[in-house]
Amino acid sequence: MVEQAEIRVVHQGGSNITFREPAISSDSRFLLCASGHNVKVFSTVTEECVQELRGHADLVTGVLLRPSNHLQAYSCSADGTVRLWDFTDGILIKTYVIGYPICSIYASASHDGVIFIATPTKGYKTLDSLQLLAVHLPQTAGQLVETSDLSAVLSDVSANPATVAFGRAGEYVASTNGVQLQIFFFKKQKSFRFSLKENSCSGRSNTFTCVACHPTDDCIATGHEDGKIRLWRNFDQKREYTYRTLHWHHSAVRALCFTPEGSNLLSGGVESVLVQWRYQQESQQDFLPRLGAAITHIAVSPDGALFCTSHSDNKIVLIQSCVKVSSIIQGLVKGEAVQTDLMVDPRSKALVLNGKPGHLQFYSLQRDRLLFNLDVVQQEFIHQEGLDQFQVVMATLDGAGAWLATVEERKQETAEAELNLKLWAFDEPSQSFVLNTTVSTPHEVRITAVTFDPAARGQTSLLVSCGRDGLFKAWRLAVPAHPDDGGPSWTCDFVSAYHGLTPQRCCFSADGSLLAVSFQEVVTVWSPASWELLLTLSQPPGIIRDLCFGRLSCSKFLLGTTSSNQLCCWNLLTCSLEWSTSMEVSLLLADPLSDNMAAFCHQDGNTDLFVFKPSEPRPLFSQKAVCSGRVSRAVFAPREVALESCEESSRWLNRSQLYFLTPLMDLLTFSTRAEEERLMTASKQLVVDDSVAMTPFQLLLGKRRPHHQAAVEDPAVRPPADRPVPPGGSAAVRELLQSPAHVLPAAAALCSVFMEALLGVATETRENETSAGETPSDPEEEEEEEDSDQEMETRATRPERGLLETDSADPVLSRAQVRELRRVRKLDHSWFSSLLDS
Amino acid sequence: MASFKPTKIPVYPKLGEKVTQDTLYWKNYKAPVQIKEYGAVSNIDFSPVAPHNFAVTAFSRIHVYGPFSQEPVKTFTRFKDTAYCGRFRSDGQLLVAGCEDSVVRLFDVSGRVALRMFKGHTKAVHVTDFTSDRYQILTGSDDYTCRLWDIPNAAELSTYREHTDYIRCGVTSKLNRDLFITGPYDHTLKVFDARAEKSVMTMDHGQPVESLLLYPSEGLLVSAGGRYVKVWDLLKGGQPLVLLKNHHKTITCLALGSNGERLLSASLDRHVKVYNTTTFKVVHNFDYAAAILSLALAPDDESIVVGMTNSILSIKHRKHTEESKEMMSQQRRRPSYRVFVKGKNFVPKPDDYLVSKPVKEHLAKYDRELKKFNVSKALDASLEIWLRKKKPEITVGVIKELDRRGTLKNALAGRDEEQLSQLLHFVIGNIVDTRFAPIILTAAEMILDIYKSVIGQSALIDQQLLRLQNILESEINLERELLEVLGMLDTMFATSVTRKEVPYSDVGRSNGLAQGEASSSRPELFRPPEIK
Repeated sequence: MVEQAEIRVVHQGGSNITFREPAISSDSRFLLCASGHNVKVFSTVTEECVQELRGHADLVTGVLLRPSNHLQAYSCSADGTVRLWDFTDGILIKTYVIGYPICSIYASASHDGVIFIATPTKGYKTLDSLQLLAVHLPQTAGQLVETSDLSAVLSDVSANPATVAFGRAGEYVASTNGVQLQIFFFKKQKSFRFSLKENSCSGRSNTFTCVACHPTDDCIATGHEDGKIRLWRNFDQKREYTYRTLHWHHSAVRALCFTPEGSNLLSGGVESVLVQWRYQQESQQDFLPRLGAAITHIAVSPDGALFCTSHSDNKIVLIQSCVKVSSIIQGLVKGEAVQTDLMVDPRSKALVLNGKPGHLQFYSLQRDRLLFNLDVVQQEFIHQEGLDQFQVVMATLDGAGAWLATVEERKQETAEAELNLKLWAFDEPSQSFVLNTTVSTPHEVRITAVTFDPAARGQTSLLVSCGRDGLFKAWRLAVPAHPDDGGPSWTCDFVSAYHGLTPQRCCFSADGSLLAVSFQEVVTVWSPASWELLLTLSQPPGIIRDLCFGRLSCSKFLLGTTSSNQLCCWNLLTCSLEWSTSMEVSLLLADPLSDNMAAFCHQDGNTDLFVFKPSEPRPLFSQKAVCSGRVSRAVFAPREVALESCEESSRWLNRSQLYFLTPLMDLLTFSTRAEEERLMTASKQLVVDDSVAMTPFQLLLGKRRPHHQAAVEDPAVRPPADRPVPPGGSAAVRELLQSPAHVLPAAAALCSVFMEALLGVATETRENETSAGETPSDPEEEEEEEDSDQEMETRATRPERGLLETDSADPVLSRAQVRELRRVRKLDHSWFSSLLDS
Repeated sequence: MASFKPTKIPVYPKLGEKVTQDTLYWKNYKAPVQIKEYGAVSNIDFSPVAPHNFAVTAFSRIHVYGPFSQEPVKTFTRFKDTAYCGRFRSDGQLLVAGCEDSVVRLFDVSGRVALRMFKGHTKAVHVTDFTSDRYQILTGSDDYTCRLWDIPNAAELSTYREHTDYIRCGVTSKLNRDLFITGPYDHTLKVFDARAEKSVMTMDHGQPVESLLLYPSEGLLVSAGGRYVKVWDLLKGGQPLVLLKNHHKTITCLALGSNGERLLSASLDRHVKVYNTTTFKVVHNFDYAAAILSLALAPDDESIVVGMTNSILSIKHRKHTEESKEMMSQQRRRPSYRVFVKGKNFVPKPDDYLVSKPVKEHLAKYDRELKKFNVSKALDASLEIWLRKKKPEITVGVIKELDRRGTLKNALAGRDEEQLSQLLHFVIGNIVDTRFAPIILTAAEMILDIYKSVIGQSALIDQQLLRLQNILESEINLERELLEVLGMLDTMFATSVTRKEVPYSDVGRSNGLAQGEASSSRPELFRPPEIK
């Protein structure tokens, strides 16, 4: 059990940042967006993530600026809490416990102390029927607040958060569901309902998709499934209401937003065109086309200068005054399925997989950032539903990262699928891949596998592709006969078949001297040097699903998995079956840097992981129920610095890290305790210089703090009682007092930082006086430890390891103590600044 | 905001031969002058002195043509039977020729009657040549002998009887008056020295030798016989250097061009091939109407003269630069260089503030329409006459793009007679092109679907549709025939394959398979512990 606690399955970035509408801070400097269980704060200028607000225990379902304080923001989550944050500093101010899962959150400036939330109606299990509740937030001092003052405003609210909007000065709220628009007036306590016909005369659906209210005028804009926008007026009467129809979008309008002055209406949809309608002159429109993917949300900064659109490819685009894209915040693009294998680019150490339609994305695992998208298809993408588009279905990199091969495919109902094999050379000056060769229709039917010879270098590169047409082909880089024909390009070198069977998998041995190709039940081994069939290995019935050569000391072994749930290991020296075992392996892969192999087994709806050496059929490491569902994509990413772990069970992670994608497209990895500790210290050092301006004082104290923390952070190292007070604090104070006043910033600005420095000293000294019964730890540390825990645990996936949290080693303070300590920290120290001023 | 990506126009590999410097050089000849001779042209020889007349030996006559004359400037008719191998002396004054009646005749180029008659051979003489000292004559004959004659007193100097078959070719050295090489039908090339009694060097060609050629440096010897050309290094004792196998019928004649930088070979397979003499790769190929018997090049490749079995003499003269310059001047005048560089060569000073102007992206007309989703206009733009004639791949690319966008039907519909006839004209022209066929077939089907209701209203359209039908039918027939041929070839390959062992026939290579099965059949003994 100790071994299992050593290795945990953790989330590794790449979360969805476009789940809900983002919020822009009032000074347009920050952008808040819900991202998994956290709220991320991005800088609108640098596109960097400057804060991550952690605390929610479930999916965050909404982020909202607090109308009464522009430095604070609300977030709501499916865990039933609403939290109030100071987002510039990343401090959790208050937690309001609602008790029901919350689907979305709204607020209005005129309703002070009230927020509106959408929760599932009691008695209904599904999310189809929601109700809008008004929550009166109690003004208590405590950090954790139970709210009980809930009042229902509207029932029958749609689960789409875009279907609720608050009207001019919060006088009314509009909500749509299906083909019904519902308006509730707060003063009159009266609601009106307007219905449309199910289908318009052209036969398309009239369903409402989104709603927006004009900020200064009595006008409601609604978007519809058929691409129409209706502007409603006179809706405070039952009969004499009017609406006007605007039609530009050809598919559903997904997002609508009025600018703060109400002069423009913004709309967006699948076409990925941001349309700006002039209010009152709707015939005039401005367009911002080709934003890349379907628009899902539109937000406008409070001063109206900055627009921000969320897109379905996990991207947020910031637009300045509707003409210029100023920055793009791009997360890991996740389609419905990853069709290419996961790969690691040997040069940039980035994860390579298919992203936007027709693109390959290079995603840096270390920095949790999308490096770039490589346009593979190089065609204008038509944003239209139901169109057959080219898709990148396969990609492979050669050993040195000098060549990239991609296969793109377009399925058509009528004609045969179009196939293209493209080979890209890495261009040193531009540091990206440049198209070298395009082979159209390399195989008659679909391609089942492509692989590069891992050992070959440069000019001798060899690519093997297998197709459903029963052939496998070898492609080689050839220098043209005439020097004026341009550079070298790839040509077909060898074509072969085996008894008309379909080749499914191919695999090179590590030194490139052998090529194994599986033809349904038969494995054939070829010599790429002479293209001679060396041997054939057959198997008890079952189609070969995966094929893998052993590495390093186990390079004489060839492993294969079959559809009849067999894992076989052949010895290539004796040409015999070394061992076989019965398990349903969904994915088999070899670590390129060690002789270990990983097998993901699908069993009872869960996936188990086994790590073993081909030489002995005994697992080095195994973990049951890594995640639910079948894992079909995984990759070993080489570490930059090898770990030195002595634990038997975690030694396989020393050289490389194993990443895998769950069926729900979450990127998970395995992390060892040693690594987590290292990460924790690293992130602590980072906390200080996040987004804080560099002042001379900061320079003085910023250097000191990491040392101070490093000393405090490790409870094991820390001597219990006789620890000397770190001299840094007093030195900094001395520096501050000694340096001439004219080189220092304003005293008011310095005060809080200065106080913090003093506070650190004070708490530490007080700590030493606290009782010896429990090891004390100050609140600052506690919070920072929470902050630095970059990777969240996936609770669902490790049911049996509940007891063995890593932080269980640290003594836990009771909640009351924490609160007490926080209170001490938040005490008013302004008396000190007045002291300084005087 | 990403910019508009232009339509991808696929690049197709160029069919046919690559255009190289050599192709351009060897194509730069005027249309051939064809002259009917009295019989098969067996030999052509250029006079070494200007104006480089050439002697054509055909049947029982030798005609001497001037460099640009269509008519012979001189004719030698005093042969009793077929004449062979009329050759000029190096001063261009004398001409020697063999004959079927075994007599060798020597003519003065300005005279008519033979100056000397060399009698001594017993059979037809096919080889005659002057030695480099101009006073002797080498002859080779079907009586297996070769002889040296003295010109002044018409006496036989020496006889060599080393060959065992007809002697049909031979060369004398241009540098040494005593050396000569003969090529007979007994496959052995022999180098003779007039000062020695016997041959001094022997090389085996492997086929009856038809033609011999010495390099100007005389270090290399080229021999042609059978389907092969061989190059020998004489300075290394007759070591074979290169074997060229580019013809598929007997090679009859060899010649050197471009000051010895190119080698030409003519063959009964109606081709003349030009080789680069450093790499010995074929750089150009000429096709002729009949089997070629003789070939000669004027100095500086001014003309290529080829004689064929159907007694046609074909003369190609080189095009000259002033003629091609005339062609150039006919082309449109381009804007001057000054216009192009205007404002482009300004170098900013270091402290200048550069105001960058957004570069306007240039899009083709069809792309501009596609950007605005005007699909019909985009198709119209791509169907402009010069575009669909010169670059059909652009039109096809646009049709493909429209199909990808799912709007091809909209673009094809709603056309009047003229536009439809343009469209059909393009379809008819390109439907059988394998590069374009898949997408054009789709388009053709759509056109028929859309316009089937108007068939019979316009004679022009009906005629075009009928043509389309005929083309398709003939294409189907062709495909069927090709499949039949393929089937025949398959059976032929299958029969040839069974004789020797194929690498991937599982008969001899099943040891891996057998062992794999064997090991899998004993799992009870060696079954490893299961992974837990």
